[in-house]
Amino acid sequence: MWHGVDDLRVETVDDPQVLNDHDVIVEVGLSTSCGSDLHLLGGYIPFMRSGDVIGHEFMGRVVEVGRAVTKHAVGDRVVVTSFISCGKCWYCRQELYSLCDNTNVNPGITEATWGQSPGGCFGYSQAVGGYAGCHAQYVRVPHADVGAFPVPEGVSDLAALFVSDSVSTGWMGADLGGVRPGDVVAVWGAGAVGQMAARAAVLLGAERVVVVDRLPERLAQVRDHVGAEVLDFTATDVIGELREMSGGRGPDVCIEAVGMEAAAHGVQGAYDMVKQQLRLQTERGAPVRDAVLSCRKGGSVFVLGVFAAVMDKFPLGALMNKGLTFRGAQMHGQRYAAMLLDRIAAGEIGTEHLATHVMPLERAPEGYRIFKEKEDGCVRAVFDPAR
Amino acid sequence: MKRALTTTAVVTGTVAGTAAGTAAVRRFRAGAQAGAGALRWQVVTVLRPAGEVVVDGVPPQPLAALGDDVEVRLQPAPGDRGTELAARMRRTATPPGSGEDPREVLRTALRESKQLLEAGEVLRRDPQPQGERRSTPAGALLDAVVRRSQGWGVR
Repeated sequence: MWHGVDDLRVETVDDPQVLNDHDVIVEVGLSTSCGSDLHLLGGYIPFMRSGDVIGHEFMGRVVEVGRAVTKHAVGDRVVVTSFISCGKCWYCRQELYSLCDNTNVNPGITEATWGQSPGGCFGYSQAVGGYAGCHAQYVRVPHADVGAFPVPEGVSDLAALFVSDSVSTGWMGADLGGVRPGDVVAVWGAGAVGQMAARAAVLLGAERVVVVDRLPERLAQVRDHVGAEVLDFTATDVIGELREMSGGRGPDVCIEAVGMEAAAHGVQGAYDMVKQQLRLQTERGAPVRDAVLSCRKGGSVFVLGVFAAVMDKFPLGALMNKGLTFRGAQMHGQRYAAMLLDRIAAGEIGTEHLATHVMPLERAPEGYRIFKEKEDGCVRAVFDPAR
Repeated sequence: MKRALTTTAVVTGTVAGTAAGTAAVRRFRAGAQAGAGALRWQVVTVLRPAGEVVVDGVPPQPLAALGDDVEVRLQPAPGDRGTELAARMRRTATPPGSGEDPREVLRTALRESKQLLEAGEVLRRDPQPQGERRSTPAGALLDAVVRRSQGWGVR
């Protein structure tokens, strides 16, 4: 539960109720921290209220079903997408589920800041609906027929958990980024989303996939579990390396999977840090710049990391003059979840290695601290309410 | 907001010296008080054919509940996106009660109409699990922002 900047607590709250006919209540089996939660902890998304339950990536068992639910029954083991979507509006019909018109109950905040409102999301601030999050024993899931997916036999809870967000988000970046057979793909960020984006690019037929990060344990996971190459941005000139690795062209598709608190070294990193701390910009987005500058002429840049508002020194000239396609999105997980569960069952995608630290929910504040500080090789801290 | 409205109407009504004048001014102020916002058309696009949006001349229940205060207009949305449902407060609308902003009343009705037509229900959020809401200036500000944001919706 969020109580302020870097102030998380575990407390007893009321159980959720079925409020709409399309709801189910899920008893959480596992939930996981996510890098985007760190923006909430750091106070970079100023729409958190003390007492908000955080967490948006989870799986569990259905324990109560609303009258209009047709696809789920009590006892079903399900994984639930982090964004809540009605499945009926124009955006949902286009499979742009995170853009749902009907699920953000506080639409005015993002209409004021972004022009239009995206859909609602579990545990991710009042800006996306203020829904109670999943780091809890029970969660209410609105529009459950759209956002909850049965976990196939043979897929463990831990493997299924990451379909809730990380795997779906990563796959979306490669899919909507337009990865084709024979492409060279670069991914910034070797966290769970970056690893899954890289794995998606491999499975979609990319000839060469390169993941950029600085943490040796994460780069090792990329080599061992994803089947991609790696670059340590603290040890090399990333743009130059990528150009060399792509025959001088630059990667066909560049995927940013870091977000608004990107680590960066040198003058640029210091500049971004100072401006963010002074609230003169909201984003530290060095990987976005590098992606635009690296990408081949006519290539595609896809932003998966979470950003809030404005970024300074964006290379708009490169974007325009190189004829790039620049795109981003929160996850349209409902579009991919069933397919991804099948791929996990078939052994094409491995996810369990991401859960480097599995612990009781009572230790969630400690888990987030370890995750934030990247101590002990932490890639994801996973919480088990039953422990 | 309601207090400001009433005070203005009474003072002006006293000058006019007639009850009819007071009522007329009140109606005018109801529209004008929200400026261009209240009299401007507010629009949502509903992924439904026009015949399902207004049935037998009756708009969706949240808009119908506003009665004659609201003017409703329909037109097909381009690209198979359904129907553009527009509404605005009439100049003769009576002031909303409880200090409500007429623009928020209208937007809420439009948003709920769209949800009912598309998703079959108006999504609720509360009551839900939450911890103690500490009383702080920042918290109070956010609470006010959230209250106001709920009245506004997709365009």
